Amino acid sequence: MTINNFEFSKHIYLYGTCIVDVGFSEAGIDAIKVFESYGIQVHYPMAQSCCGQPAFTSGNPDEARKVARTQLDLFPEDWPIVVLSGSCTGMLRHHYCDLFRKDDPDFERAKRVSEQAVEFTEYLACLPTLESQNKEPVSVVVHTACSAQRETHTQTSTQEILKHWPHVEQKSADHGGECCGFGGSFSVRFPNISGKMVDDKCQSLEATKADQLISSDCACMMNINGRLAKRKSDLKGQHIASFIRSQCLPETSHE
Amino acid sequence: MNDTQPIRMIDQPHKIGFRPAMDYLIDKRAIQFPDSQEFKTLTQKVKWIKHQSLMKLPELLEQAESQLQANGIQVHWAETTLEAQQIIHGIIKDQDADLLVKGKSMVSEEIHLNQYLQDKNIDALETDMGEFIVQLAGEAPSHIIMPAIHKSKQDIAELFQQKLGVDYTEDVDELIHIGRTELRGAFEKARVGLSGVNFIAADTGTLCLIENEGNGRLSTTAPDVHVAITGIEKVITHLSDIPTLIRSLTRSATGQPITTYVNWISSPRKPGEKDGPKAVHLVLLDNGRSELYQKEQQQLSLACIRCGACMNHCPVYTRIGGLAYQTTYPGPIGKVLSPHLKSLPATPDHPKISALCGACNTVCPAGIPLTDLLLDHRNSATDTSVIESMVWKFWSVLNRSPRIYNGLMSWVLRLYPILPKFMGGWTKHRKAPDLSSKTLHDRVRHYQAQQDRSSK
Repeated sequence: MTINNFEFSKHIYLYGTCIVDVGFSEAGIDAIKVFESYGIQVHYPMAQSCCGQPAFTSGNPDEARKVARTQLDLFPEDWPIVVLSGSCTGMLRHHYCDLFRKDDPDFERAKRVSEQAVEFTEYLACLPTLESQNKEPVSVVVHTACSAQRETHTQTSTQEILKHWPHVEQKSADHGGECCGFGGSFSVRFPNISGKMVDDKCQSLEATKADQLISSDCACMMNINGRLAKRKSDLKGQHIASFIRSQCLPETSHE
Repeated sequence: MNDTQPIRMIDQPHKIGFRPAMDYLIDKRAIQFPDSQEFKTLTQKVKWIKHQSLMKLPELLEQAESQLQANGIQVHWAETTLEAQQIIHGIIKDQDADLLVKGKSMVSEEIHLNQYLQDKNIDALETDMGEFIVQLAGEAPSHIIMPAIHKSKQDIAELFQQKLGVDYTEDVDELIHIGRTELRGAFEKARVGLSGVNFIAADTGTLCLIENEGNGRLSTTAPDVHVAITGIEKVITHLSDIPTLIRSLTRSATGQPITTYVNWISSPRKPGEKDGPKAVHLVLLDNGRSELYQKEQQQLSLACIRCGACMNHCPVYTRIGGLAYQTTYPGPIGKVLSPHLKSLPATPDHPKISALCGACNTVCPAGIPLTDLLLDHRNSATDTSVIESMVWKFWSVLNRSPRIYNGLMSWVLRLYPILPKFMGGWTKHRKAPDLSSKTLHDRVRHYQAQQDRSSK
């Protein structure tokens, strides 16, 4: 593919995140295929596990730091670390520098990781537009995570990618910017409030009558999908990487 | 309520919810800040004004005290809520009064003044319409700006019918008129009036009080004695900085460019003047604030100018309403402050009842990083169970050992289809997660082997 003279990294690290690892693993392969279609070599460090966010937000910074420290070893090269889930990107990018205070021997390494970390759609939006093979009209509603809106400021990158495809109609949901009610341990400690929040979210997503729900945050997606299924809704959320792969590279299968 | 007895918040969404009311306030605020850059700049200014005042708080309080005294305003220091109650009771007793008319004051709520005075046979009458309504109903305010936001006009119509013996009406103007008529007589009779304070100018010894109903002006001018009460963090270095704070406060709170009344109280009635109170007192309450002032990160919450925007934008507040928090200050700022004003063990759920969505951070006109402060409280939690600690230890070990992590996750996914799908609170409102058939680690391994084979 001849693009232009501007360079983009021919190598990237893929940080799958634990939630994609167990809940949305097909999206990980889809992301790899999308990047490979640009000729980018994707490196997936096999020793990766979790960024530490669950413990960090639950008031266990020491355990979070122990886990985060092991993740710092995974990225020896200065390639972009493309993260597949939104709030995990926020963790790497913003909270690693809080977690490793300046007097920590690993502070500099943590700072470097935080600078390398980039969210999947944010990175893709910077790359040349992919040609969609699919021309069938499809309507989508994008769920934008709180972390994308208020931590990583990547709330528009999914729309940026999709706007190049005229066959994709983007619908907007009522109170689209409101939290889905996940919040990690919050959803377990306060199930009724969290349940009400996710139910309201599902109602407004369903009301858009979109064919497809997509998001780049898998924690929100697990929460929303769980409620949609309970509501016996026709809607089911998909990771943006899977949606893009299905539009651009429809002939490739998952396995 | 006993300060060491934990307050358990009810995990129960309010039956109606507050979305229409909160949306109304959110929209009104948004109209006032069409330019996000202007809001950011104003926030920086407010933050600077508050921070540079807080930086030298002890000196500033002394300066304010001497300026106020020079202006003829008597200054009282209350370390605890009880001291504040006693000081105010003393002032009322000196006047031989049995009625206190009150302008809106959250600090008076914080010290539970009405109950204390009632026990001493003094009638403390709320004159802010919202406060009047919740007082009639025997409730506490559910919002720091809109105390009766949890009441519908039908609720108020019934309440007035029952308590004031008037005909049932849902006409809002009529209801307001009924309330005002009731209050007017009290203003004529009361010899002592109380108010809150929004800002104290240390350089001039001036109290600033903003309000919309005029009841604040009446409470501070009609009676012979005016008692103002506020927290020690409200002192500002320069009078000239207060307009900036007001501009930010009213737009953030109610979406007004300015309130209907802006009261500047600089002295009691001077010789030759025909009106105004003969004596003005200021009660400065500590109640945990000095201790909070010493805390490196948490002290940022002292910059709060009490606009309520954080609660208006909070999805949790919108679902449960202010009364569910069972503390004077609800919503995000209440969750940060209450553990300082009471204690963290007494308010164990406050820092936890948040999805950390950060909506509050983005609208705070004083730039308070509310979710960071909630996280900081979570790190100091004292109610973590042994089981919970063990879960995190196990989680930590698992995630630090790639071999165990990968092996275990592969097995979990293999067994998942036959595992029971009951996950407590999670599955009460949701289906159990639809996990992948294989981990991404396993898929990548498989994919790479496939690629290697095809390239050979």
